[in-house]
Amino acid sequence: MSLSIESVSMHQGGLVPALMRRSTTEPIWVQRTLIGISWVFMTVFLLVPLASVFVEAFAKGWALALEAITEPDALAAVRLTLLAAAISVPLNLVFGVAAAWVIAKFDFHGKSVLLTLIDLPFSVSPVIAGLIFVLVFGLQGWLGEWLVAHDVRVIFAVPGIVMATIFITFPFIARELIPLMQVQGIEQEEAARVLGANGWQVFWRVTLPNIRWALLYGVILCNARAMGEFGAVSVVSGHIRGQTNTMPLHIEIAYNEYQFVAAFAVASLLAALALVSLLAKYLVEQRVKREMQAR
Amino acid sequence: MFARVLLKRHSVLPGFDLALGMAVTYLSLIVLIPLSAAFLKTFALTWSQFLDAVATPRVIASYQLTFGASLLAALVNAIFGLIMAWVLVRYPFPGKRIVDALVDLPFALPTAVAGISLTAIYAQNGWIGRWLPFKVSFTPIGVWVALVFIGLPFVVRTVQPVIEDLNHELEEAAATLGADRWQTFSRIVFPILTPALLTGFAMAFARAIGEYGSVIFIAGNIPMVSEITPLLIITKLEQYDIAGATAIAVVMLVTSFFLLLLINLLQAWSRRRQGGL
Repeated sequence: MSLSIESVSMHQGGLVPALMRRSTTEPIWVQRTLIGISWVFMTVFLLVPLASVFVEAFAKGWALALEAITEPDALAAVRLTLLAAAISVPLNLVFGVAAAWVIAKFDFHGKSVLLTLIDLPFSVSPVIAGLIFVLVFGLQGWLGEWLVAHDVRVIFAVPGIVMATIFITFPFIARELIPLMQVQGIEQEEAARVLGANGWQVFWRVTLPNIRWALLYGVILCNARAMGEFGAVSVVSGHIRGQTNTMPLHIEIAYNEYQFVAAFAVASLLAALALVSLLAKYLVEQRVKREMQAR
Repeated sequence: MFARVLLKRHSVLPGFDLALGMAVTYLSLIVLIPLSAAFLKTFALTWSQFLDAVATPRVIASYQLTFGASLLAALVNAIFGLIMAWVLVRYPFPGKRIVDALVDLPFALPTAVAGISLTAIYAQNGWIGRWLPFKVSFTPIGVWVALVFIGLPFVVRTVQPVIEDLNHELEEAAATLGADRWQTFSRIVFPILTPALLTGFAMAFARAIGEYGSVIFIAGNIPMVSEITPLLIITKLEQYDIAGATAIAVVMLVTSFFLLLLINLLQAWSRRRQGGL
């Protein structure tokens, strides 16, 4: 945010402020038109869809919506979604921090390759993310026969769902941390080392306090995506009701059976989660901004 | 300890071997080995088997729809994303913070939720669909609508920081030298924004190509008309044609890797351009 403070203050206290403003900003009608276009675009593509989720969910009353969320299959879907997120987010947290530490704090051969590989899941279609786990763990897959012989189920079972979720959400935390840690540099850690701190002390007392907000934001994003993932999970789940249906899959089935209230009721839970994530993101950003200014 | 030989410079910081080992192992298990399975499976096919899987009329129709709709969606996102980023940085207006926070909604909202709500509002009796003279849900236009939705944040979020960092003095200098506002924008500001704009465009395009959840509800999935390529992969899987599904997946993966390379080059260009100012 190097929106240079000098130039802004100079701008305001300049000799001919009115004239200056006229020549470095747009006429008021252009401003209003552009703001209007933004609002219309936002409304049509974001606000109306968001509002419709809640309206459709409660269209037939609260009681029906509540019933749709608390029926056994829906509850099983909620439980599985929470379980998948509870396994994949902590794993991605640990490995995301490790990857960010290596990339941001050291200069080594192959760094840009590693960085590209971390980003890879972002550019792979969710459907393909599911497919590749079928190729490894499915009946005709590399480990298929071995898994059958040992009676281990991965595809059409919880492990497959967890792995597909991990694949999709792997980059989020590392991506959030790397730019911040690169900007922060290594002086503070080096100073701590010189003063006699050991490796873990450096990490826990110097690095972690510096990155805690970005880390929190990464976890929030990662969690939102983990709970909402549809394409990849859809391929590996097998859609067994009460067993391998996550919340997004439950929504799909209810919708395809024309149970719109049920579909939108569960969807409204996920939409609420998305809104909470956005709010958390906003608060974290404000916090970071204040800390940057305090420095 | 052997990982230390990769270091370009000695470092007193701890944990290089441990953290690199962890990151590479995890990445291999979760990403690299499974992805390589797709390529190895496809290499087992003969050339004509491969062509039979990836170049039938139905598959080609799905490429046309997927790439065409993605391109159009990314274009619309580039135009409106630029306007929104500009408005968010430069103009004060009521509700600005809400707009700024909600831009990320397509990142946070699960794709299945977006899919069913877009289908409902663009259906012929839906909130928006009833006012339109043409059908949107269950047509290729519906595919486009869903792709515009999911690609919206990319352009805004790549262009916004560049506008924030724009040096006001450049615009002031142009104004002083007699340029009107449009000249200043088109000749000074826009060229600075171009790399970021292209990056955001490419990211939205790449995301749109692979998108599945938000599209399948609104598309109607009519073969040859409104069937996207990711859906075709799932259809083949459900018919136990794993080799066919994998062959199409490889075509898409290669396209995605190419786009990823392009995005990296664009970002490098963007950084150089910003660094030079």
